[in-house]
Amino acid sequence: MTPRLFDSKTLLLTMIISIASGKGGTGKTTVATNLAFAIGKAHILDCDVEEPNSHIFIKPEITSKSPVYIPVPEIDKSKCDFCGKCAEVCAYKAIAVLKTDVLVFKELCHGCGACEYFCQKKAIKEVNRTIGYIETGEKGDLLFTGGKLNIGEAMAAPLIKEVKNRVKLQMTNIIDAPPGTSCSMIEAVTASDFCVLVTEPTPFGLNDMILSVEVLRKLHIPFGVIINRSDLGDDKTVTYCEKENIPIIMKIPFDKNIAMAYSQGKSIIEALPEYKQKFIALYEDLKERIE
Amino acid sequence: MKLCITSQGDNLESQIDTRFGRCQYFIIADSETLEFEAVKNPNIDGMGGVGIQSGQLMSEKEVKVVLTGNVGPNAFQTLQAAKVDIITGISGTVKEVIEKYKTGELKPVEKPSVDSNFGKK
Repeated sequence: MTPRLFDSKTLLLTMIISIASGKGGTGKTTVATNLAFAIGKAHILDCDVEEPNSHIFIKPEITSKSPVYIPVPEIDKSKCDFCGKCAEVCAYKAIAVLKTDVLVFKELCHGCGACEYFCQKKAIKEVNRTIGYIETGEKGDLLFTGGKLNIGEAMAAPLIKEVKNRVKLQMTNIIDAPPGTSCSMIEAVTASDFCVLVTEPTPFGLNDMILSVEVLRKLHIPFGVIINRSDLGDDKTVTYCEKENIPIIMKIPFDKNIAMAYSQGKSIIEALPEYKQKFIALYEDLKERIE
Repeated sequence: MKLCITSQGDNLESQIDTRFGRCQYFIIADSETLEFEAVKNPNIDGMGGVGIQSGQLMSEKEVKVVLTGNVGPNAFQTLQAAKVDIITGISGTVKEVIEKYKTGELKPVEKPSVDSNFGKK
């Protein structure tokens, strides 16, 4: 079963489509933003919080900005008896208990709360540590939510989770996921109704796409593939998809005009209006697959 | 003086291990009597935070000086808080290192010698 954020029948109009890829730079943001523009009324959520760039194409008017925290332990050394339980239960080894001192390595802490829970002396309280922020805004009928992780910060998943908590009900939500197959990607695509894997027909593109396929199968998320720059490279991606029964839901041939538009922060639809119909067709296809 | 030398094996003839957090063995030895205990590193395959855990182990074992190849920032901070002197850049066997330490030519370092996750690579 796919874990759903909302499972009530009255929420059937809520749709979550995530756009992911194993390899970076294959066109996730291009697909996500053009799909949003083609639909017209949609909510785009930039979950690539380490390198967010959807806003460059959407150009939303930002109406709110709020910090995101994770709880980290603060130790009251006057209550602590240095028993070492907190360090023992810490899955991320973020605490060192010495003879007469306790060190907390905040940047390693995932905020699970185990240390506080197990402290017999009630010497630990959780305090907020800012890891990044969320911006929300609008561009016409498009709603925008984007996460930005603070520079030097490694803890992306809790911020992505916060961005996803802003999913709008009774609306199409498009998630621009981070590249790769790490915790961040998994956090971003979890609970999607459908995941679109964007790839390019190169050995790297295929290799990293296969890794993503394995992840999505484990997560039981239905998915299809978009091949970007589909007329370059080789036909191994197509052969693989056919063999694995993975639907290829769109092909975008290489076009210098698309590259030029991208470099100027313009959508494909703006540069090549004939693409609007193609992205609408993609949306209709996705809706059918989800239903 | 209670020393800890990071080692690839479990005795004084073993070659030293240049990693602190992810060394094979901690040889905890008395510099005068050469009596020692070989502690198999419980943190060797940890995902992260191994320098911190190994530093905590030094505190538990009441080690006064750690002699190793390299030490990262988190291990350094932990060892410093535990008031353990850190000597980096050693080579040879455990026994040779102890002898060299006793001559007084090895001096504690003031800062970490490598970045985080160095020993993972």
